Amino acid sequence: MNFFKYILIILFFFFSSISISSEKNINLELKIFKNLRCLICQGQSIYDSQSDFAESMKLVVRQKLELGMSENEIYSFLEDQYGEWILYDPKFNNKTYFLWILPFLMFLFGALLILRKLGVFKK
Amino acid sequence: MILNYIGSYSLLFSLLISAIIFLISIFSIQNKKESIRNLNKLFFFQFFLVLISFLSLIILFVISEFSNTTVFNNSHTNKPLLYKISGTWGNHEGSLILWLMILTFFVFIYFLKSNTRPIRERLFTIVFQEIIIIGFSIFLLKTSNPFNQVIPTPDQGLGLNPILQDPILAIHPPVLYLGYVSTSLIFSSALASLICLNVNREWASFIKNWIFVSWIFLTLGILLGSIWAYYELGWGGFWFWDPVENISLMPWLCLTALLHCTLVLEKRSSLGSWTIILSIVSFTLSVCGTFLVRSGILNSVHTFANDPDRGVYILIFLFFLIFSSLIIYFLYQDKIISNKDHFNFLSKESSILINNWFVMYFLSVVLIGTIYPIFLEVLSNEKISVGPPFFNKLIIPFLIPFLIFMAIGPNLKWIKAKKFKIPIRLSILLFINLVIAFLVLKIFDEVTLKLTLLLTASFYLFFITFKDLIKKEYKNISQTISHFGFSLLILSIILNSFLSKEIITNLKVGDEINFQENIIKFKKIESSFSSNYQSLIGYFEINNKHLFTPEVRIYDQPEVITSEADIKTNLFKDRFLVINLVKDNDYLNVRYQEKPLMIWIWLSTILITIGGSLSFIKKYEK
Amino acid sequence: MKNKYLLTIFIIFFTFCFIILFKGLKNPNTYQPEFNQNRVLSDFTSTEFFSDEKIKLSTIVTDEKYYLINIWASWCIPCRKEHKFLIKLQKQEKIKLIGINYKDKFKNAKNFLNDFENPYQIIFKDKNGIVSIELGAYGVPETFLINKNLQIIKKIIGPINPKTYNEIIEIIK
Repeated sequence: MNFFKYILIILFFFFSSISISSEKNINLELKIFKNLRCLICQGQSIYDSQSDFAESMKLVVRQKLELGMSENEIYSFLEDQYGEWILYDPKFNNKTYFLWILPFLMFLFGALLILRKLGVFKK
Repeated sequence: MILNYIGSYSLLFSLLISAIIFLISIFSIQNKKESIRNLNKLFFFQFFLVLISFLSLIILFVISEFSNTTVFNNSHTNKPLLYKISGTWGNHEGSLILWLMILTFFVFIYFLKSNTRPIRERLFTIVFQEIIIIGFSIFLLKTSNPFNQVIPTPDQGLGLNPILQDPILAIHPPVLYLGYVSTSLIFSSALASLICLNVNREWASFIKNWIFVSWIFLTLGILLGSIWAYYELGWGGFWFWDPVENISLMPWLCLTALLHCTLVLEKRSSLGSWTIILSIVSFTLSVCGTFLVRSGILNSVHTFANDPDRGVYILIFLFFLIFSSLIIYFLYQDKIISNKDHFNFLSKESSILINNWFVMYFLSVVLIGTIYPIFLEVLSNEKISVGPPFFNKLIIPFLIPFLIFMAIGPNLKWIKAKKFKIPIRLSILLFINLVIAFLVLKIFDEVTLKLTLLLTASFYLFFITFKDLIKKEYKNISQTISHFGFSLLILSIILNSFLSKEIITNLKVGDEINFQENIIKFKKIESSFSSNYQSLIGYFEINNKHLFTPEVRIYDQPEVITSEADIKTNLFKDRFLVINLVKDNDYLNVRYQEKPLMIWIWLSTILITIGGSLSFIKKYEK
Repeated sequence: MKNKYLLTIFIIFFTFCFIILFKGLKNPNTYQPEFNQNRVLSDFTSTEFFSDEKIKLSTIVTDEKYYLINIWASWCIPCRKEHKFLIKLQKQEKIKLIGINYKDKFKNAKNFLNDFENPYQIIFKDKNGIVSIELGAYGVPETFLINKNLQIIKKIIGPINPKTYNEIIEIIK
């Protein structure tokens, strides 16, 4: 099992060189555009939409970024104006517990069924 | 116009024939009369009558007969012939006739191709299938008759939405519907075999063909839709997690799971009830999709003109199907004769179970994400949006183990992998791939934990499936090719998503801009006229050699402005340039993108379907 | 026996789904931001229509009890319909009208005011739509009734009609 030990050691060095939260924000602006839903063409993000509203919204986001507002500050500003609907990324709050958790429950439930089929619960 | 009458009466007669077939089948089941040969004429007429009515509608569109409501609402004399024809199914009413036509066509084919099945089971299948056909016929006639007339006859029609005037979109709906509709046969046949206690190996190898048919068409349909969205609708994106896209993805996922688990039923006589459940769910999801799209309950870019009556009708029909299949399932589920053996962990059947487990998880993410906003709004009056970030967050982490299992699974043996020395070899390979993924990401300076693992897993799957592909001792060529195609697809999507570059800017004629070693020059702008639109064509030169001519089209009927991107494709990357008008300004909004490996996303999907189709060829060789 | 329970659970679950979807059909599928009572308008600075001076909203909103902020444009057809109500409102006491000229050409907007009379105390230019977004509006015409603390009392999406006009009159009486 020496071999695995080496692998583990190398793996360790590997991951220590990777910063976990190094989401690079070169294109923060585009990321924000893609996460805002257009109120005029309601099926699209303002990134995909060319409506007047979307164009103005892009300018507003750009302006706020230049003023040094963070991504979340921009979201909460717009959410105050237009409601949570405008954000494509639903927040984790009492409205969305089910949304976020239900898929995981399904996954766990599936695991149980599979373990049963593999005979794990049989004595 | 006489065609209006022909169309609508032939629909009525076909409904009548469906009712007759339904009654004959019920009668034969009750009397144990085992002869159904004479039914084939009826099936043919049923199909033929719907075909006639479909053709009449096409002719009405071609001759621009505006006394017909559907033609009036969706066509215009200036429209090119191709789009007059494709306009037939570019709207709610026409697409439903197409749907019904495919439905009657498939039941006819089923009847011809199912001689090997017991007669009782065939009769039950026909009964369920006719219930579905009657349901859709009544829906068509009652809520969305395509042959209603406008009095007095208008001179001109309202026109087809220009973004639908596109060659790919002309064939996208028929292909997609072939996929959706054939799931109905899987559904009927599953219920019939359940009732006749025929859930066994023979049934599995019979139904497998229909699952393949359905799955192949659905894959192609989704592919066409994505390609269209890529160059017409989206600004370089090809999948938006829009509700209507999700709706086509759900039956696809379900069929993918079903495809694998019928193999277990076929080879090991196990997982019978699970196969039945998946068969029922596939079709239910297709009808559910029809409901969500046609009722207008969802807020999407692709919408049909909606009418609450239609929604209510399909909703009731959908739940009628759900409840009746639920009850039938619970009545007969105990009687499924199934191999009760436990699976060995290191066996092919376990790996298929794991595949099903993950696919079902993905399905539940898509389903919950799509309908959750509806539930929340009804229950609490709050409106939220569930968009791409949600799906990405829940799906991508699970994709990593899924890909690794997918790499290992097919190399395991049925029942039990005897000597399993492979772990060391496989882990070394996994490790090598980790190094490769890390180095690739390092070169592009994009190293993150999530991306490294994801890329490792997809490289891993890619190399293993590639090795299987060149090994040349194909046990199952169809699977080898499909899996290789899938690994290629995932790899291209991942590389594409983090290597894409873009710039959005405003340019005037004569302007020049530098974008990462590229010089984009706006040379001139020209306008031209076509039969139903006026277009502005921008001439751009990139690096003094590539000429791009993106267009803005201003359609007159209805008045809509669309942007036509100019895309230059090669094996390594797509260059994508699109322009847009800016109100009251003399500059244009220009968006230039470089999207690596775009063509491989399409090619690998085609490879997947080729793999699927090969399963038929192999069968005929035997 | 076990199956019967399962079946019952499934039937209850799907009945629940049916009811939800049935009710969901009646809801509109398009979204309109909900009017949030007492939300305070975010203050903004923009150029004045005629003088091109930079003016801050809060410097104007001081003495009068109510202000009506109306987003309009010369190219907007429904704006013409609501114009007569604006003229009538302008004659009311306790209220001042503030116009926001949305994505318009100066010449056209001026002609519009000449042709239909100018009901506004002051007009801001909103050349690129930023001001409207800051206000939380999403199109033209749109009208906010605010008090001098910049609190929104009423918001009207689309043109003012006789009904909404009377509601405004009720409030400012």
